[in-house]
Amino acid sequence: MLHIKDLRASIETDEGTVEILKGVSLDVPAGQVHAIMGPNGAGKSTLSYVLAGREDYEVTKGSVTLDGVDLLALAPEERAAAGLFLAFQYPVEIPGVNMSTFLKTAINAVRKQRGEEELDALAMLKRIKATCAKLDISDDMMKRAVNVGFSGGEKKRNEVLQMAMLEPKFCVLDETDSGLDIDALRVVADGVNAMRSPDRGFLVITHYQRLLDYIQPDVVHVLAKGKIVKTGGPELAKELEDKGYAEFLDEAA
Amino acid sequence: MSISEKTIATVADMAGRYEAGFVTDIETDKAPKGLSEDIVRFISAKKDEPEWMLEWRLKAYRRWLEMPEPEWAKVEFPPIDYQDAYYYAAPKSAGEGPKSLDEVDPKLLETYEKLGIPLREQEILAGVQDRSPVAVDVVFDSVSVATTFKEKLKEAGVIFCSISEAIKEHPELVKKYMGSVVPPGDNKHACLNSAVFTDGSFVYIPPGVRCPMELSTYFRINELNTGQFERTLIIADKGSYVSYLEGCTAPMRDENQLHAAVVELIAHDDAEIKYSTVQNWYPGDFETGKGGVYNFVTKRALCEGRNSKVSWTQVETGSAITWKYPSCILKGDNSQGEFYSVAITNGRQQADTGTKMIHIGKNTKSRIVSKGISAGHSNSTYRGLVKILPKAEGARNFTQCDSLLIGDQCGAHTVPYIESRNKSANLEHEATTSKISEDQLFYCMQRGISEEEALALIVNGFAREVMQHLPMEFAVEAQKLVGISLEGSVG
Repeated sequence: MLHIKDLRASIETDEGTVEILKGVSLDVPAGQVHAIMGPNGAGKSTLSYVLAGREDYEVTKGSVTLDGVDLLALAPEERAAAGLFLAFQYPVEIPGVNMSTFLKTAINAVRKQRGEEELDALAMLKRIKATCAKLDISDDMMKRAVNVGFSGGEKKRNEVLQMAMLEPKFCVLDETDSGLDIDALRVVADGVNAMRSPDRGFLVITHYQRLLDYIQPDVVHVLAKGKIVKTGGPELAKELEDKGYAEFLDEAA
Repeated sequence: MSISEKTIATVADMAGRYEAGFVTDIETDKAPKGLSEDIVRFISAKKDEPEWMLEWRLKAYRRWLEMPEPEWAKVEFPPIDYQDAYYYAAPKSAGEGPKSLDEVDPKLLETYEKLGIPLREQEILAGVQDRSPVAVDVVFDSVSVATTFKEKLKEAGVIFCSISEAIKEHPELVKKYMGSVVPPGDNKHACLNSAVFTDGSFVYIPPGVRCPMELSTYFRINELNTGQFERTLIIADKGSYVSYLEGCTAPMRDENQLHAAVVELIAHDDAEIKYSTVQNWYPGDFETGKGGVYNFVTKRALCEGRNSKVSWTQVETGSAITWKYPSCILKGDNSQGEFYSVAITNGRQQADTGTKMIHIGKNTKSRIVSKGISAGHSNSTYRGLVKILPKAEGARNFTQCDSLLIGDQCGAHTVPYIESRNKSANLEHEATTSKISEDQLFYCMQRGISEEEALALIVNGFAREVMQHLPMEFAVEAQKLVGISLEGSVG
């Protein structure tokens, strides 16, 4: 499914070019959930942005393929059409654009790129309603502008809603637990778990082990200083929770 | 390739993609080039006007000669050579003026079909065209070539016809109201219009009548080097209501074309006029700015009666230069004026637009919402005046001006003037300037939306407060137009 090989990426700053990803390699087979944990500044969010194609980062080396498709050669919207979804750590506000318009535009844009027929207003409405009901999201939210005035929990639930609507092959969740209380966390995790299937993969990026109590990973990787420094089973997350990241910071140095 | 480079490349392919930019090949009847008293007489004679109208025109013309060009707007262009233009051009087939649709030159019908303007009454009524009926007056260069649904409107007592026809058929109304809101000497452009106006629409809604359908006028400049000087006069008598929309396009030409229009609205007691504009004149070449329409328009409403209301909504995407300030004189007690504007400039376009709200009567209210979007190398200025006169006890105004910048080569300016001579007045003013955010674009793109489409979505969101005041039938078109006019602006 998702293959990341020796991925290196850097960003331009006032102090010059800074390399953030220093050769990341990772394989996530279909049907699996992999977690990426790591200390602040390890490059976790950069990895998610680079996968999604944010232009601020320059990929200097390596490859990323999703079911054999070279993602790095595609524009961000083409990656989305290829089946990549990123749940943002900080979902962005778009004033004046209501949720239903946004969802409709996104879904039809993806369908169009995939050569599928666009959905009409009625079919779209039915889908939105059904998905909202599943995720316990009120219809009222569909009339509000995208993320404007949303609480932290609403924003994250909205990310999961979009994920469910766009039916991606592969989902990257960037610190989806940040800013969530325990109830909201459970709702979001339930939404993600409901989407788990043998032909879909997940990469769950998180600083804390807490989220992984709700979304059980198959594999846990530790990212530190731009590299994967350790890979293990779910027990690795527990270990990190007890010991912290100190040892990896030293190892990677 | 980075996002912006790719977009620029995509857009280079579409450069100059102004969809209304075609020319209709049709035989025309033109006045000789240039401007003089003889030309004014020529126009008046062509229209078979009564003597009083000619006198009115000539007086305006003489006055125009003496008037200075308005130079206070933040727009730049070389001096206009008024002798280098045609002031009258009419399709030969138009003959004696508007007639039934069956007799209209098929070439003209084709032109409007191409532009998406519904003219075929039967088809509209039969539901072939998927929209609610709208009566249209169609002005091609200097003449009105057709007016639809006239009979149906007549049943309701509504007069909807070309201004040329009104001068002949309803002289008492024209004499009473023409120039009563925008006098010929108001400004140089309005004065020129008063001398050489060629056509436009006339609307009269009798007391207590709610106009049974949307009225609209569609202006098209086709002929080369031809100015269009239309004049629109709308009178809403006591307790009546009308919603009116105008649309404008022109072919792509390397030469500048002058469009100096005058629009006068009069609302009597308890009457309401809703006036919407979707302006899409040719903006000139995207890269060089060559050509395009000079859109110098004077629009003003007189809220004459108590509790009268006028609402201006404009979506301005076209023209090389826009100079336009739809205004309200709030004379009747409790009268209300509204101005909702979206002005988009891209390429080398310049827009200086806004409104004037003159509060004269007691408890008069005005509301101004202006959304300026600048992209490319363009410049956009909001210029507004809120004036409270001494007797306007309890007057209220709310003004909101938001500017959105796309890229770093464009400019946005806000010039609000406030003059209050009554202490009880309550005035609020809010202004913001923001840049389109990369985060917003990326968020949309991650959801599969292309950069161009994302931009249109975000800008439409920014302009939503204004767009929602457009009649339903036109809102969708206007939204699409926003997308088209922003093409080539990301980078």
